[in-house]
Amino acid sequence: MSSSLKRPPLLIKGNEAIIKGAILAGCKTFFGYPITPASEIAEAAARDFPAAGGTFIQAESETASINMVYGAASAGVRTMTASSGPGISLMQEGVSYLAGSELPAVIVSIVRGGPGLGNIGPEQSDYNQIVRIGGHGNYRNPVLAPATGQEMCDLTIRAFEIADRYRTPVYLMADGFTGQMMEPVSFPDPVPPLPEKEWAVRADAESRENLISSIFLEHDQLEEHNRKLQRKYKEIAANEVMVDDFLVEDATILVVGYGIMSRVLRSAVRAAREDGLKVGLVRPISLWPFPSDHLEALAEKIDRIITFELSNGQMVEDVRLSVHDSVPVHFYGRMGGNVPSAEECLEVIRRYAAEGGK
Amino acid sequence: MSSAPVYKPFLQRADSFYDTFQRKSGNKEVTHYCPGCGHGELHKMMAEAIDDLDIRDRTVLISPVGCSVFAYYYFDVGNVQAAHGRAPAVGTGVQRSRPHSIVISYQGDGDLAAIGLNEILQAANRGEKMVVFFVNNAIYGMTGGQMAPTTLPGMRTTTTPLGRDPRLAGNPMRMCELVAQLEAPIFVARGSLASPKEMKRTRKLVRKAMEMQVEGKGFCFVEVLSACPTGWGMTPVDAQQWIEDKLTPHFPLEIFVDKTDQERLEYVTPESPPREKLHEVLGIEADTKTMPAANPDPAHANPRIKVAGFGGQGVLLLGLGLAQCGMMEGRKVAWLPSYGPEMRGGTAHCHVNISEDEIGSPLVSRPTVLVAMNQPSMEKFEGELVPGALLLLNDSMVPGQPSRDDVDVVRVRATEMAEDLGNVRAANMVMLGAFAGYTGALNLETCLASLDTLIKRTALIDLNRKAITAGFEAGRKARG
Repeated sequence: MSSSLKRPPLLIKGNEAIIKGAILAGCKTFFGYPITPASEIAEAAARDFPAAGGTFIQAESETASINMVYGAASAGVRTMTASSGPGISLMQEGVSYLAGSELPAVIVSIVRGGPGLGNIGPEQSDYNQIVRIGGHGNYRNPVLAPATGQEMCDLTIRAFEIADRYRTPVYLMADGFTGQMMEPVSFPDPVPPLPEKEWAVRADAESRENLISSIFLEHDQLEEHNRKLQRKYKEIAANEVMVDDFLVEDATILVVGYGIMSRVLRSAVRAAREDGLKVGLVRPISLWPFPSDHLEALAEKIDRIITFELSNGQMVEDVRLSVHDSVPVHFYGRMGGNVPSAEECLEVIRRYAAEGGK
Repeated sequence: MSSAPVYKPFLQRADSFYDTFQRKSGNKEVTHYCPGCGHGELHKMMAEAIDDLDIRDRTVLISPVGCSVFAYYYFDVGNVQAAHGRAPAVGTGVQRSRPHSIVISYQGDGDLAAIGLNEILQAANRGEKMVVFFVNNAIYGMTGGQMAPTTLPGMRTTTTPLGRDPRLAGNPMRMCELVAQLEAPIFVARGSLASPKEMKRTRKLVRKAMEMQVEGKGFCFVEVLSACPTGWGMTPVDAQQWIEDKLTPHFPLEIFVDKTDQERLEYVTPESPPREKLHEVLGIEADTKTMPAANPDPAHANPRIKVAGFGGQGVLLLGLGLAQCGMMEGRKVAWLPSYGPEMRGGTAHCHVNISEDEIGSPLVSRPTVLVAMNQPSMEKFEGELVPGALLLLNDSMVPGQPSRDDVDVVRVRATEMAEDLGNVRAANMVMLGAFAGYTGALNLETCLASLDTLIKRTALIDLNRKAITAGFEAGRKARG
């Protein structure tokens, strides 16, 4: 990642790396409500934000959290919250308002098992409600999916940059393992002091004329606002795709997975290569915008795609939309907090490899 | 701020109102409120207070959802429009981000007392520096006259066509009285717009609550009984009388809390440290020592390790130590604990990867090394080991034999050795040393140096150094 200067690394939990990264990115306020497996983010924020001259508030609910974020974003400071599936469900109203009012904010989801109360094991079952939008209206939001401790820091910083650049809420979506795992992280320098946002309500004479709102009573006005949002989303889709390839050059089988799943697949791909199978891994880092063009281009050279997820198959729909019907797209998923082993994934790869070419 | 009072011609519009309402469609000279509605009166009182206190630039008005959703049409201040019921949370976000701001949360009875009840009570309880103006007209105006939490018993609305039945729909909620139960609010009062006399009194309440914001004193709550002639199906004149006759008996006009003269311990947002100190403040200043890399036996060049034992045996710390040492020797590492309910069962385990290459799955499903601190851990995990793996056993706590005969079994009397050194809890560090000594995957010097990071209590470092050294020797001896 570009933001890391070469400093000696520190062994640190992913959930904590998010908070350190956020503060280095100039985030000033954190509003959150406890939920496993994301609570360590709030706990780290409670310790680190005041020490760094910022504010941590434990909100009364996720509904309140996201609306406090809405207020802080309106006031023009970098702000964030963090939760997990059930809490994210509660926040969706607020995320729609953030999108409608064009407010930048970062929302972290450390995804757990669902539906309902589910459990606290790692799943990727928030894909639909986060990537495909869980709130009302014609909006999209960028979603970044870290897979390492270093990315928990770096992509948090990137999320703030994207949020400010496009005035949009941005999600960081990870899972319980990536949150709990400790890995070496090299922390970058703090960002330079941030300029004031011209559009924000900053409680001063210069910004007094400003209004933060998502109401457009006239139909034509609201349509025009929506068209403007769609133009913005097009720009994001063109500029903000992030994807990581592993051994795809000569691959005849592509496996696709993100977050923790991609790391298991990396091991499985190595093992498959030892078996002589030409398998490559595509890891979407940005889930929206999804690396559709990249997959479409790769699909011309391969026999099949196998998508692995810790869900009932949510991202696989985007994979299918990307490659149309040019190659078979298979799906393998685990749920309930079960993470398949590399050996298990290798078996799946072998099974489909035995089906041969197109 | 001007020192002399400013006298204005009678009926002149307050400066804090826009001259014309450009954000409004249609007629930009008049408000969108119905004739006889109380919002206009209250708006005027607020605007005049903002003018007189000279705080227009600092003021941020949070518009709610309800008839006053368009309050931002009128007030020449910073404006933020909020979701239904969430104005106090939004105001919290604004105020905590801009501590010099004067935040006004303007809300109706449905917004504040129904959907937003939690947000208002919690903001009040935190003592947020904001003033809440609560317009109580006992009905949902914007959506067409439905029941509000403040609707009177027997009162007909579009959702109580036979009149509000308290047995079905409860009784009117008295919000001032609720808010007054909390410690933090400094001023809680109810006024009314029923008559010129009451308006005069209400103007004073508004003024006082605003003054308290200028002084940064804390949370103020002013409820205003207000007419909704349209929703009530009355003429404006009758509606004013109805406030007096019907609403006021249910909602007494009192000052419930006035702590404005009391000293209050206020929370002050801490100063930001200088930029160059931020890493230190966050505890991420790079102090990691780099150590020369060991030259391990090829079988242990990229170990995938599972460490397991009873809770309290320091299993997680042992795993962390392995990862820390690997990192210090320039290898890629990942440490993953068992977490959640598993942690509460009295057993613990963790996964450690140390590798020359990028680490794929941090989950160790087929370990090349199992460090078992007790018998149940050996039994639980030995089946996962790859053939030829190392099974490193705490001999003190593993009396039984492993069932596997295709693995390399090494026994170290870790608990007894730690006890001899003075503390059984150092058994984990004996095992760390034993792993390094037996496999050669880590240098002894690295293990000792890792203690500076691993052990927070410096008094324990010496004990742990001895434990690592003793384990290392035992491991080496076992290697032969």
